[in-house]
Amino acid sequence: MLIPGLPEHRVVRFSLGLLLVIAVAAVVGPWMSPHDYTAVNFDALKRPPSAEHWFGTDDLGRDLFVRTMMGIRVTLIVAVVASLVSLVIGILYGAIAGLIGGRVDAVMMRLVDALFALPFVFFVILLVVVFDNNFYLVFLAIGVVNWLDMARIVRGQTLSLREREFVDAARLAGVGTPGLIVRHIAPNLIGVVIVYLTLSVPQVILMESFLSFLGLGVQEPQTSLGGLVDIGVSQLETASWILLIPAAALAVILMCFNFLGDGLRDALDARSRAS
Amino acid sequence: MSLLEVDGLSVVYGEKAVVDNLSFQLDRGESLGLVGESGAGKTQAALALMGLAHPAADVRGDIRFDGQTLTGLSERELNRVRATRIAMVFQDPLQALNPYVRVGDQLARILIEHRLADGRVARDRVIAMLERVGLAHPERQFSAFPHELSGGMRQRAMIAAALVTEPDVLIADEPTTALDVTVQAQILELLEALRDDTALLLITHDLGVVSGHCERTLVMSGGQKVEEGNTRSLFLSPSHPHTQAMVDAAPRLGAVPSPPRPRTEPVLRTSELDVDYGEHRAVQSAELTLLKGETLAIVGESGSGKSSLVRAVLGLLPASAGEVVFLGRRLGESVAERRGMTLVFQDPIASLNPQMRVRDSVAEPLRARGEADVKQRVIDMLQRVGLDERFLERYPHQLSGGQAQRVAIARAVITSPDVLVCDEAVAALDGRVRRQILELLSSLQAETGLSIVFISHDLATVEGFSHRVMVMHEGRVVEVADAAELFARPVHAQTRALLAAVPSPDPAA
Amino acid sequence: MLRYTLGRLLGAIPTVLLVIVLAFALVRSAPGGPFDAERVVPPATEAQLRAYYNLDAPLPEQFFDYLAGLLRGDFGPSFRYTDQTVSELIASSFPISMLLGSLALLLALLVGVPAGILAALRPNTLTDRLVMALAMSGISIPVFVFAPILVLVFAVHLNWFPAGWSSSGGISRMVLPVVALALPQIAYVARLSRASLIDVLNSDFIRTARAQGLSEASIIRYHALKPAMLPVVSYLGPAVAIVLTGSVIVEEVFGVPGIGQYFVRGALNRDYTLVLGIVIFYAVLIIVANLIVDLVYSWLDPRIRNG
Repeated sequence: MLIPGLPEHRVVRFSLGLLLVIAVAAVVGPWMSPHDYTAVNFDALKRPPSAEHWFGTDDLGRDLFVRTMMGIRVTLIVAVVASLVSLVIGILYGAIAGLIGGRVDAVMMRLVDALFALPFVFFVILLVVVFDNNFYLVFLAIGVVNWLDMARIVRGQTLSLREREFVDAARLAGVGTPGLIVRHIAPNLIGVVIVYLTLSVPQVILMESFLSFLGLGVQEPQTSLGGLVDIGVSQLETASWILLIPAAALAVILMCFNFLGDGLRDALDARSRAS
Repeated sequence: MSLLEVDGLSVVYGEKAVVDNLSFQLDRGESLGLVGESGAGKTQAALALMGLAHPAADVRGDIRFDGQTLTGLSERELNRVRATRIAMVFQDPLQALNPYVRVGDQLARILIEHRLADGRVARDRVIAMLERVGLAHPERQFSAFPHELSGGMRQRAMIAAALVTEPDVLIADEPTTALDVTVQAQILELLEALRDDTALLLITHDLGVVSGHCERTLVMSGGQKVEEGNTRSLFLSPSHPHTQAMVDAAPRLGAVPSPPRPRTEPVLRTSELDVDYGEHRAVQSAELTLLKGETLAIVGESGSGKSSLVRAVLGLLPASAGEVVFLGRRLGESVAERRGMTLVFQDPIASLNPQMRVRDSVAEPLRARGEADVKQRVIDMLQRVGLDERFLERYPHQLSGGQAQRVAIARAVITSPDVLVCDEAVAALDGRVRRQILELLSSLQAETGLSIVFISHDLATVEGFSHRVMVMHEGRVVEVADAAELFARPVHAQTRALLAAVPSPDPAA
Repeated sequence: MLRYTLGRLLGAIPTVLLVIVLAFALVRSAPGGPFDAERVVPPATEAQLRAYYNLDAPLPEQFFDYLAGLLRGDFGPSFRYTDQTVSELIASSFPISMLLGSLALLLALLVGVPAGILAALRPNTLTDRLVMALAMSGISIPVFVFAPILVLVFAVHLNWFPAGWSSSGGISRMVLPVVALALPQIAYVARLSRASLIDVLNSDFIRTARAQGLSEASIIRYHALKPAMLPVVSYLGPAVAIVLTGSVIVEEVFGVPGIGQYFVRGALNRDYTLVLGIVIFYAVLIIVANLIVDLVYSWLDPRIRNG
């Protein structure tokens, strides 16, 4: 993809493939099962995995397969939407600071430094406490607090690109600021942005599942992987699959994103070193 | 039997041999120059001698040192030879010294590791060595961190590190390439003065360096030895065409007379121009006049302000004071007013957008003026600079340094500018390519009446090429004269120092 | 160096103020009053309560009163724990959280750094792959999954350590919470140490040291270790924040009466003053930790120290 023959390349492709499979399963899975993810069934409490209930049932007799697929859906949607929110804010903020430079940049980055020292998780909790458990708020809150890394990276890249000789050459060739951004800065930013987007997704997933685990995120009957793990913990001693199945799904998704991000970063590093 | 005998040395990465069947000998106390263009395999060969070839490389052949075969030795056994018997000096002392460890401690560690001295004794020996390499206040420099020393001082410390163990062989890999010309001369003299009966293997791309300092010379190309022999006879009558081409292309003073200045009007003039970086004044009241159709060379060491001056003229840096008059108009700060002035940079690859094809890079100045249908003009321009249609679709990383510089020149002159500024435009190129680029610039000038500002740290490069020369030193213009006059009768001490420091590729009579 | 230290100290003050303003504004922008959601309170009682919690004064005055209280170490009364102030709750619960957190960070360094170095010295060998696979699991399995599994294995099945937090438990009750808290940090530190050491070992000055005939051990000890550990040092700032977050979970799972548990209870019970107080307390803690890390870093890096 970026560099052929890298050992990471295989891991990247495998992770990407597995994530696609998981995402498709999460979309299609609930339709293929006769069970509804909210349907309580007191005749089938805590059933272990079987042909009827592929992943077993939980303490209220709900089908765990459908619930896990729904949980993955919510988790992935939160991850993607929140990452996009942080991406947009981060790129705009970072690019503006990097392009204008000078005093504006100094002030904007002082602010980012100050915000960096804030305990964001706790601010999100405060936000959730104050504004009640609002599903959309969770997206927004996580996205809003996650843009700092992206802003720093984009700003740093922009600043160093701005100093690059080919940008000077383009300015001297009479290319105006819009042309510089569109043709010279942006195309050279894309690689870094993709890498850090990939690396920020697992952080977002962790934060969402953390909140749901504490009962502060997605609310019943909606569920996410964090919420499922929370229920699983309470049934740990008698029905461990209720914990282990959603926990495994969460870990696999996180691992795929981490491998993907690592691999892409290595490939990008190798490319920048080679050029 | 020689001290060091290399027999059939090859360094192979996969299919590619970067060093191919290299053989040579080095006697005790002798000095051998290993010269070649970039990519000739010189550094790879030296690293293989030290047992430091890249782990992915396959090293073949035989290296015998003082009767002992080095190839195939374990790290432990090699460590007994390294430093104490064979020491090495690297090109860039800033990178090659550990920034986190005091200079003196880095040197003392060598003595301690090889059980040559310990504690106070080691410290005293290091301080004595620092003094021998000409560092003032050696006790203070002992406790300094590398970033606190200047480039020349760092390279002196590096040499001290190599010689403190009194090795039998010193391998110096481009020891002066990262340094200013005047410092370069001092470092080479120092190496010569200190090495006593230590044999020297001096690796360089610069024939001038070898010619003054090595008894014998070995020329490499494409990983292979092309010629070897007594330096004097090898340079006076090279037997291999590659050596001949290198000798011909080497910059030397007095080889080509400078062209006389054209009798034309000025196109560009600055007066009382100041440029500041924060508190630091990079350029102080610079006066510059550029005539139509002439080449004005601006020469000076790094930090002399030559780049800052032209960047301010081009509007890439703000000037703090003074004025720039271009074609009779006084210019403000914007780049837009500079239509008619273009720039060619030192690093040709870096000056091309890695994501843009050659076609788009060369067409960009035309498109920025709103001109459509530029394809044929781009092809014509590429042909004019010695490339052809096959290069249209290439990306910068698919070009060699010389090709990339031709593309950069094509981009710079496609709009028929009045002034072309070349900022060390040939410094990163090998001798022959350098000559070709200079010839290209001259012929473009002859055809179009282009005025060229040519920045260089090297007087020998500009002599046959420029009509007038301007020397800068510590932010000031210290001398301006017609080139022929300046080379014949330099007035300012800095000009004389720069002239004296140019290494001559011709063996001393 | 002194100037740098003073500059950083002064620079932290606006950050602390920003935290207080943000947190205070957030709580006060809650839709409706703090008692709305609960059962109906007689108007007279509500007026009393409003006066007690200083809700009647204009907002700026409330803020400056609160700020003045903070300067005296007074975080005001709790909404739910009627017989204790927020300051008392923090003072009683923080020491145990601090102890667990410090032990976890210490464990992370003691295990993570050697593991990372070991992997870096043998890149792409079995050892390296194993360490990195474990580390990848460590960063991919969240604390709230790890902690219950530790309980299941080591408390329920093996019965080596207590599952909960008994008041008489001694050291053994701390083992599982500390390990749960430390695991992700061990993984991060190991990955960071490995990447950083590999990077340093590829630098030119290490090649110089090799050319000087220094043994691998000397190269690591005298040339590579310090620069390789700098990124680990700067990671300790963020690590404090992550461990604080993790402690919220771990205290919940193990029933540790630490500050994190009060925080979760406060959040679930809408104890505005308690949550506000703890957020500010955490923020100051993290800012101070970052400050210390910055100073240590600049002291370790000669280019900053005298630059």
